Amino acid sequence: MELRERALKVDSPFLEMVNQRSRQLIQLCYHCHKCTAGCPVAFAMDYGPDRVLRMIQFGWKEQVLNSSDIWICASCETCGTRCPNEIDIARVMDALRQIAVEEGLPTKERNVPLFHNLFLSIVKRLGRMHEASLMGLYFPLSRDLFSDLSIIPKGVKMILKGKIPLLPHRIKGSDEVEKIFERSG
Amino acid sequence: MRFSYYPGCSLQATALEYDLSTRAVLQRLGVELIEIPDWNCCGASSAHSLNETLALALPARILALAQKEEVDLIAPCAACFNRLKTTEKVLREDPARGGKIERVVGFKYVGGFEVRPPLDLIGNLIGLERLHNMVQRPLSGLRLVAYYGCLLVRPPEVVQFEDPENPQLLNRLLQALGAEPLEWSYATDCCGGSLALTRGDLAKTLVTKLVSKAQEAGAQAMVTACPLCQVNLEMRQEEMPMLYFTELIGLALGIDENWWGKHLIDPRPLLRTLDLSD
Repeated sequence: MELRERALKVDSPFLEMVNQRSRQLIQLCYHCHKCTAGCPVAFAMDYGPDRVLRMIQFGWKEQVLNSSDIWICASCETCGTRCPNEIDIARVMDALRQIAVEEGLPTKERNVPLFHNLFLSIVKRLGRMHEASLMGLYFPLSRDLFSDLSIIPKGVKMILKGKIPLLPHRIKGSDEVEKIFERSG
Repeated sequence: MRFSYYPGCSLQATALEYDLSTRAVLQRLGVELIEIPDWNCCGASSAHSLNETLALALPARILALAQKEEVDLIAPCAACFNRLKTTEKVLREDPARGGKIERVVGFKYVGGFEVRPPLDLIGNLIGLERLHNMVQRPLSGLRLVAYYGCLLVRPPEVVQFEDPENPQLLNRLLQALGAEPLEWSYATDCCGGSLALTRGDLAKTLVTKLVSKAQEAGAQAMVTACPLCQVNLEMRQEEMPMLYFTELIGLALGIDENWWGKHLIDPRPLLRTLDLSD
């Protein structure tokens, strides 16, 4: 118990901010590395989840928010499910993304937030997803037309099979959905 | 049995075969589905990455519509299911945040209904014994690995479904159909579906690993209950058919299956070698 109390005293405004937004107690992390050991995408991250938690404990705001880690996290929830201190690390990653976007920080992984923004702009307009619109916007804006040619024939096949409808469908309550977006800030 | 039904966006697009087979199978099993009217997108990974209030409010509108039906809600997409369960937990357990969401959406959550994936409905409520007794064409000789992915089993305190490390219901269901589910250690490993477009290189790495592990286990196909896994797994490789568990139930129950042609990797050549398809 003494260790827990001492750990809880760690003092940093950034730690407070992330704790509050994610509703987690990041100072409880004692770096067992279980999260990073089980993370399917840690190999592609700058630091890995356990080091991100440590950097938050230290208050290293800029390094954390600029890291590729917060956008590469696939939200698979393996880390939080296994954490012996019950830190829901995927919620921490969500909080970090939200702070990074709100503060307008540049990121090495600009296409991930771009994708999420486009996805939500379509839902705001139609009330539902429309994959053809999403791809029509994402591919040119991401400037990532040619890095992944292998999926193009499969995309065409999906259109032919009716799995990517070309015409969008707008729900009747799309104005309600738009209001939800506006009230959510 | 009567349930409300929230197909979600994927089942009207990339996962048409999941929608077709789920509806056909549930009808055969005596379930009446009422599609909730004028449903919206749940916001999926994009909403919770950028805006927490929105990530709860979009599913809350769906719960508001489902609440009027006063029966349990079936959500076949693992991502929608996960977001609906996350929202339900906040509405039930956190008055401050729940109240805010209710104000944003303009409704009052009274509850009295559960959100369930079809695997829960078929495996637990209808029951595997009853399913087994209805099998007309046992899937003999079909060697499969059950692939859950992430969103159906994690976080366990939110989805409250199966053991997050070693779920077994899908294996037992495949057994009840006469197929041969194989042991492997990757049933709940992530396929990278949320990065499928933005970091295709990472998605490709994860898919390649899963498929090679399924092959090592001796599988002829992988079986999933998540449309995001299914499309990611079909997009990023050529060899391993990716089947929805509902398609296999339909096959075993002798339903005139009209969904195989929707696949990018056609499973019919495999099924023909086992005399399971014309």
